[in-house]
Amino acid sequence: MPVFNQSRSYIIRILFLVTFLVIAGQLLNLQVISGKYQQLAENNAVFRKIVYPSRGIIYDRKNRAILNNTITYDLMVTPSEVSGVDTAALCQLLNIDTAEFKARMLTAIVRNGRYRPSPFEQLLTPQRSARLEENMWRFNRGFYLQERKLRTYPFNVGAHMIGYVGEVDSGIIARSNGFYQPGDLAGRSGIESFYEKILMGQRGVQFLIKDNKNRLVGPYEQGAYDTAEVAGRGLRTYIDVELQQLAEKMMANKVGSIVALEPRSGGIITMVSGPDYNPNDLSGSAFRKNYGKMVLDVSAPLLNRAIKGQYPAGSTYKPIEALIGLNEGVLTPRSGIGCSGAYYGCNRPVKCTEKWAGHADNLREAIAHSCNSFFSNAYRLIVDNPKYGNVKDGYANWKHYMNAFGYGDRLGVDLPSENKGNIPDTSKYNQVYRNSWNSCTNVTLGIGQDMMLVTPLQIANSMCIVANKGYYYTPHFVRDIDGETPADTILNAFRKKHEVLTHISDTSYETVIGGMYDVTQVGTAKYIPKVPGIDICAKTGTAENYRVLNGVRTKLKDHSIFACFAPRENPKIAIAVIVENGGFGSTWAGPIAFLMIEKYLTDSLRADRLKEVDRIAETNLMPGWLPQAQYKADSARAQFYFKLTKDSAYLKKFFKKDIPHDKRDTTAPKPRPLVVYKHALEATEPKNTIDLKKRTT
Amino acid sequence: MRDDKASIGKGVDGSLIALYLLLVAIGITAIFAVTYREGDPIVSSFFSFKTDYSKQFYFFIIALAVGTFILLTDSKFFPATANLWYAVGIVLLLLVFPFHSNVKGTESIIRFGGFQFQPAEFCKVCVCLALAKYLSRIDTDFTKTRSQLIAAAIAVSPALITILQKETGLALVYFSFFLVMYREGLPAVVLIVGFSIAALVIATLVIDPNILAIALTAIAALVIYLNRRQVKRNKGLLITIVLIWGVCVGIQRFAVPFLFRHILQKHQTERIFSLFGKDNPYNDAPDEIVAASAKKPVNTADYNVRQSKIAIGSGGVLGKGLLSGTQTRYDFVPEQRTDFIFCTIGEGFGFAGTTVLLAIYLILLFRIVAVAERQRSVFSRCYAYGVAAVFFFHITINVCMTVGLAPVIGIPLPFISYGGTALITFTILLAILIRLDADRQMVLR
Repeated sequence: MPVFNQSRSYIIRILFLVTFLVIAGQLLNLQVISGKYQQLAENNAVFRKIVYPSRGIIYDRKNRAILNNTITYDLMVTPSEVSGVDTAALCQLLNIDTAEFKARMLTAIVRNGRYRPSPFEQLLTPQRSARLEENMWRFNRGFYLQERKLRTYPFNVGAHMIGYVGEVDSGIIARSNGFYQPGDLAGRSGIESFYEKILMGQRGVQFLIKDNKNRLVGPYEQGAYDTAEVAGRGLRTYIDVELQQLAEKMMANKVGSIVALEPRSGGIITMVSGPDYNPNDLSGSAFRKNYGKMVLDVSAPLLNRAIKGQYPAGSTYKPIEALIGLNEGVLTPRSGIGCSGAYYGCNRPVKCTEKWAGHADNLREAIAHSCNSFFSNAYRLIVDNPKYGNVKDGYANWKHYMNAFGYGDRLGVDLPSENKGNIPDTSKYNQVYRNSWNSCTNVTLGIGQDMMLVTPLQIANSMCIVANKGYYYTPHFVRDIDGETPADTILNAFRKKHEVLTHISDTSYETVIGGMYDVTQVGTAKYIPKVPGIDICAKTGTAENYRVLNGVRTKLKDHSIFACFAPRENPKIAIAVIVENGGFGSTWAGPIAFLMIEKYLTDSLRADRLKEVDRIAETNLMPGWLPQAQYKADSARAQFYFKLTKDSAYLKKFFKKDIPHDKRDTTAPKPRPLVVYKHALEATEPKNTIDLKKRTT
Repeated sequence: MRDDKASIGKGVDGSLIALYLLLVAIGITAIFAVTYREGDPIVSSFFSFKTDYSKQFYFFIIALAVGTFILLTDSKFFPATANLWYAVGIVLLLLVFPFHSNVKGTESIIRFGGFQFQPAEFCKVCVCLALAKYLSRIDTDFTKTRSQLIAAAIAVSPALITILQKETGLALVYFSFFLVMYREGLPAVVLIVGFSIAALVIATLVIDPNILAIALTAIAALVIYLNRRQVKRNKGLLITIVLIWGVCVGIQRFAVPFLFRHILQKHQTERIFSLFGKDNPYNDAPDEIVAASAKKPVNTADYNVRQSKIAIGSGGVLGKGLLSGTQTRYDFVPEQRTDFIFCTIGEGFGFAGTTVLLAIYLILLFRIVAVAERQRSVFSRCYAYGVAAVFFFHITINVCMTVGLAPVIGIPLPFISYGGTALITFTILLAILIRLDADRQMVLR
């Protein structure tokens, strides 16, 4: 057989070889040169599951858990696996109809696809989850219960100081350098936020294999790369939860604040800000429902007035001034002044509430009767001290003392966003009065007003300094961290003794403390029923309260302020109370403080005192202008959104004919809806500085 | 008895059988790697006929039986009945039309009982035999165009029937028989023209039609200018060049759009275009899917190829090891037991594994060519080349599609892909070759 075209057999072989080399080249490219496919395969198939540890628990001084973790359940559904489920029974258990069932299934499919579980009903009530759990065998195909950890507050108190846990926002995510991911939970305010690193514990990571439909099918490499989560550590605090409950009860329906400190340690025993809210209202699914409402409430329930409310110190500052005067040598315990109802040393007289002769014959009397003349004069003596040559240097010296007493700067409490208060710098007065001012210009600083603003926490802290005769510890909540190690440096700042004013002599302190004792015995607080066996040293304060209502600067009822510590020897508690619109310091703030002391030091209240507690708790001192301000804020916001969206539905409920008759405010000046008041718009957001227009006497 | 055995064994090419057994073993292992789940009892499920690797194992037993039967057959049987087989194959192909069952969009499968049978697969053997028979006829003068056309018709007519069954991929296999004709003296011009047309079609897909037309015109003008002296002397040349230019533009302007609009299935055009990273421009029936895909997140047409490339690429140099590939174990690659089985090897054994497999295939092909060249009989030689061509086409297209060098055409990898018909068909192809080779001293017609 002749062999034709045999050379072509070689061409064919070369064709085979070249083709295979081309394929091998592509394989070399895919498998060896290009490294991206390994990562792609891993992304495809390995799911990095973050395991969240349970958050740490916060205990009070008697080791009662103020807040705790509970487990609630979400009913989850995997749509593709649902088959043969008794839909009617499930609907009955969940109290929904079949149309709702179908709608929820559709939502689940749209949200996460058919093959991945989605929540069918979230945060089941305990009764419902119990009933579901019993019947779960009937719905096992496609449905399951997933547990979810939730914060609960068994005593229903301490909302402001504890703070709340919420989803992280974009700011937190950006600041955390990728540590937090959208959807993570973190402490958003209060102790929860300040001690976030300790409370959150350490997250665990599980690597899981997923298949082509994103279903998780098991651990990756038998869990070789997994790290276990570490639960958050508990915090032991100085808080007395029973005292806190009492304080919150008495603050009900009032605007103001109560702060109680332990002078020996700076520990915060109680911190209340009114109006407050139940911390359970911001836990879990309740958050969404309530938070928006609270933010828009003009009475600002979310604002912690104990550290953010700025009030004139008023007369509560007078003991401090007496100490400064004594230490500077411009006052002696025997210093006195003849006061007939006002101080006439400057052009404008400074009024005094007492007129009778001899109420300011010496320092103790002056403190006991809160003589404005005496302390106006004392302030002038301090800043006009010839030792400093001129008023500015004298003032700078005074301010130095004030800062040492903890006024005018942040104390550094273990809560976020504390306010400074205001002790103006010399330069501030230079700026306002164009360098031309003297001790008469700001003489009312001597009675705790002018530009002076303080927070309730600062008042309480200054009481600690007086009680301790010169030293203090930075006010703080947390005494110990469970399993504390030297690496936990967060508490170091709170364990440092600040001996800021120990150079003031003990006799000076004794004089002033004696004056404060006299306040409760013969002075401004003598009508407050005594606590038997306990000597209380106190100072009342009354701050005038002005507010612009409908364009008119209106004088409203005074704020009631009270600062005290007890017992006189070896003080165990220092308290500052502010009740807005409460009248005299001894009207509401004083009795509240006395009840607190009785409760804390005797561990109980006498029967008649319990009635007094109820009387205080039932008294409503909410400012009368609030409903109108709320209406203005709401209508102005409605106008804003109407302008933005052109949707008149926003305005509808503010049309006159739609306002129910009982909700119309007939006493106040007629509101004018649909007009944007600038101040009304501002009132929609809680402001740090509330009621700047206040005066003290 | 002894004598019989000796006569079967005599002349049988051991290396081919060894390669065959090796490949089938690799195949069953790969299928095992895909379908085995932790906790399955290996041995019992291997014989249970419930899992895919077990089924493939039984298919292999059947294939072995068929192969042994063929080896026992007289080699004269094959040239003698070649035309008959061809007729049987065509009839089977035609039977598909009334009796087909619809499986995965193809209409090429006949089902009886629990078994599926794909005549287009089996028909390859028939065509191989018939073509060899025709080419080896004494009165066939393959230098004549008429003979070439008849040979081409023998190879291509089953392909046309298969296209009608919406199995374009399988139909393409029949074009591999041009390799046999090339070996037997088909003018190289035919192949060159064929390649040119293929190149032109691809260029049409890649390049903008107008630019391509201008480019073709420019080339034609350049050719005329370079050959201006000959053109002056010979007007026929000018006409030829203009005709070629006309045909090219015609293909580019009309034939290709016609092909893509009316002959190829929509998924096929999409696969082809996705290979070039383009959207399908011939999708002139914007149905609801297209409307919904205005925001389509991923190109679904190249999902297979992307996942397949990820699987192979993630294998690296040495691979993740058997049963450890995440891509293939968790169903990211569709059809990975059948058409995309190469991914399993790529992911599990890496570059080392894939090159070794390619080397085994290359040795097989070279061995078949070597066997072909030692045949005295033209029939045997043609048949051997047919087998080599079919194997070569399957391997190349299958591997190329898994690594993204060819569009996704559903054809199996010989001896490795899961599937009874394919395994048995390839076994028959190889067994007949071994039988013919064993009797290479005889002259067959």
